[in-house]
Amino acid sequence: MKRKAWILAFALVFALSSILVGCAGNNTAGSKAKTFIYGRGADSKALDPIQVTDGESIKVAEQIFETLVKYKKENTEVEPGLAESWETSKDGLVWTFKLRQGIKFHDGTPFNAEAVAYNFNRWMDKSHPEHKGGEFPYYGYMFGGYKGDKGHVIKSVTAVDEYTVKFELNFPQGPFLSNLAMPVFGIASPTAVKKDPVQFNQNPVGTGPFKFKNWKKNDSITLEKNKDYWQKGYPKLDRLIFKSIPDNSARFTALQSGDIDMMDGLNPDDVKLVESNKQLQLFKQAGMNVAYLALNTEKKPLDHPKVRQALNHAVNKEGIIKSFYADLAVPAVNPMPDIIWGYNKEIKDYEYDLDKAKQLLAEAGYPNGFEIEFYAMTEPRPYMPNGKKVAEYMAADFEKIGVKTKIVTYDWQTYLDRTGKGEHAMALFGWNGDNGDPDNFLYVLLDKDNTRTPDAGNIAFYKSDELHEVLIQAQRESDQSKRSELYMKAQEIIKKDAPWVPLVHATVPFAAKAGVRGFVPHPTGSLNLHEVDLK
Amino acid sequence: MVKTEMLAYTIRRILMLIPVLIGMSIITFAIVHAIPGDPAKTIAGEKATPEQLQEIRESLGLDKPAYIQYFHYLGDLLRGDLGTSLITKVPISEEIGPFLAATAELTAASMLIAVFFGVNLGILSAWRQNSWWDYSAMLIALIGVSMPVFWLGLMEQWFFAQELGWFPSNGRIDARMEFEGITHFYVIDSLLRGDYAALSDVLMHLILPAAALGTIPMAIIARMTRSSMLEVMRSDYIRTARAKGLSEFWVIYKHTLKNACIPVLTVVGLQLGLLLGGAVLTETIFSWPGVGRYIYDAINSRNYPVIQSGILVLATIFVVINLIVDLLYAWIDPRIQYGKE
Repeated sequence: MKRKAWILAFALVFALSSILVGCAGNNTAGSKAKTFIYGRGADSKALDPIQVTDGESIKVAEQIFETLVKYKKENTEVEPGLAESWETSKDGLVWTFKLRQGIKFHDGTPFNAEAVAYNFNRWMDKSHPEHKGGEFPYYGYMFGGYKGDKGHVIKSVTAVDEYTVKFELNFPQGPFLSNLAMPVFGIASPTAVKKDPVQFNQNPVGTGPFKFKNWKKNDSITLEKNKDYWQKGYPKLDRLIFKSIPDNSARFTALQSGDIDMMDGLNPDDVKLVESNKQLQLFKQAGMNVAYLALNTEKKPLDHPKVRQALNHAVNKEGIIKSFYADLAVPAVNPMPDIIWGYNKEIKDYEYDLDKAKQLLAEAGYPNGFEIEFYAMTEPRPYMPNGKKVAEYMAADFEKIGVKTKIVTYDWQTYLDRTGKGEHAMALFGWNGDNGDPDNFLYVLLDKDNTRTPDAGNIAFYKSDELHEVLIQAQRESDQSKRSELYMKAQEIIKKDAPWVPLVHATVPFAAKAGVRGFVPHPTGSLNLHEVDLK
Repeated sequence: MVKTEMLAYTIRRILMLIPVLIGMSIITFAIVHAIPGDPAKTIAGEKATPEQLQEIRESLGLDKPAYIQYFHYLGDLLRGDLGTSLITKVPISEEIGPFLAATAELTAASMLIAVFFGVNLGILSAWRQNSWWDYSAMLIALIGVSMPVFWLGLMEQWFFAQELGWFPSNGRIDARMEFEGITHFYVIDSLLRGDYAALSDVLMHLILPAAALGTIPMAIIARMTRSSMLEVMRSDYIRTARAKGLSEFWVIYKHTLKNACIPVLTVVGLQLGLLLGGAVLTETIFSWPGVGRYIYDAINSRNYPVIQSGILVLATIFVVINLIVDLLYAWIDPRIQYGKE
């Protein structure tokens, strides 16, 4: 009896191992189609673009959905998308869009003005029967709230005829068109949403180059070519798979061993390995982001402008970039990067000069420096791969001017919580832009409107009436050249008051197999994968 | 008689699960709500306005006192409702299935490796005590128990996947393969389909993470086997067995191992429970879509229902495994009887 069991066990092991040997190397049976695997750090949370705020969800959703207008391939200027043209009234209150004809959603529903109006009404109106499936966060964020709210921008969206849609605004909004180009405002099939607005998060239907096929949670999302896509000849790929590989090194191993075709979230140290490997290629994009040290202007001694200026003089940005960004970053002078229009090139940075810093501290009444808490973020972000190390590097220079820091760290949620309440004195932080508009950096991060606790966006708690006036004026203006002038002025005010030490604008690297063609990284972080091909 | 005692014991143990799990749920709830941060920020993003956040908190009931939230949660649990993920809006009972299956498959594979190698290493060193065999086996066990899993995993990936190309570096199956889960145990699924190409691919994907995850339990099992084997080998009946001329193989594997089994089984049971919940690192490095990562992500996003229900599910499994191990004792060693105090 016992002997039989042993024999059986051996037989089983033998059988299994023969299957292993016999079938190894046969992994990709039955896949002659052009399949492209994109490796990334985390899974999507949901796929109805209006419900999400995280980049990983948007990366996938923007392959399935399209917006009325879109960003140009290489910058954040706006060009026609699902709408082929538009005009605006003189007062900037009425926008009329002419839609492209003959487009169908993946489920066969025709794309028309009704569909556009349906989507906007679903998003803005909390009493709409299909206002479900999430909180529609970006709608409220970009358009000043929802229907009935005081600051709500859009009064109504109506279909004038089959292919004309009219937006009436409550007041003009400068970045209106840039906002519409954000992938979160992708137009969804009304038929599919009505069927189940909550489940739509799991079964998205749009007009984009790829159709949703299936989703294995925390593992992979598979999309298929939309054969009826309106841009003839696209997409080039038959199948597009997004694979979640959380660990950066493991993802890079997967790329080198050929399990995936392309990846983001490259460790700065691995960039040189990509450059020296002929099987691989590197793509770089100047990022629409900023990393900064927020100086809480409500805490002593940071309430003194000269102290803040002194700290600005005591940061060696070039050194930080060399040590922690593998040279993939540029020093930040202003709160926003120069790829955004309205950037003020005339402004000179506070140069790295410890003597000058000491002198300013003495003038402010702190000849012997002071002690202070220094919040360092531990969660790696594209703009800040290693916050703790950067903090330690900066602290060494601060020490030289007599500023003794105590570096504290928290997990990310706690960090957000504490900084949002203003418990910190100085804190490392950063920002990824959304829509390529200066307002999205300057107003959100530095206006006094955004200093309300417990969820302040302006964690320097910098309250300048002078700046506020300029920023609000720019928001209500729709002429871009006038807005540009206002933002130039805003940057001057900020530089003088120094509520931050702007640190760097990080360049975002992507690594791909050498055979990948047609990929152009976008400043917003958008992935244009419909032009990508495999050699 | 013995059977009814056994049954009574089993029922008593199952009933004892209830207070244990309630205690567990209270502790989890308290910890989850004591840490700062809340899910509203994950849902609305870092850019949300205070009004938006407040509204979300209200709609989720997070503005209510903690004890009321707890009773709501408990009420749902009693109705068999594990709650809905705040992030994906999918019911947890629906969402957690594939993750549990993935973790269970990985755990089973690593336990297989751990038990096979651990027991045999232990036997080897007990059999040849104080020989070079013994020293090298125990050195392997020492290295195994002190090796950080993430480092071992990365080294495996680098060497076996990248340099040698023998095994895939991550995931459960080649993403290019069209494969839909039925039971979400991919080994079983591919057998059910009769898809041997998929089966081989799945097994190849299992080997590296299972080896990484199985290393520590392997080492612990090896040490435990060695010490309990040594004890049994000194007993009289083993001397008798040898004296009666039984082959060394039968002496070791039949007579000694069976009696040295109990402590080993205890360790196996405990390790099995630990593996189920403690696979986060392995799951992260090998992008294994398991339940450890599911709960870990939920902690980072303060997805309260997922943290609470996920931990509760794991705790239940842990307790049930321990119960099964306890019952196995009696099966292996009839001298052990339950029900008599």
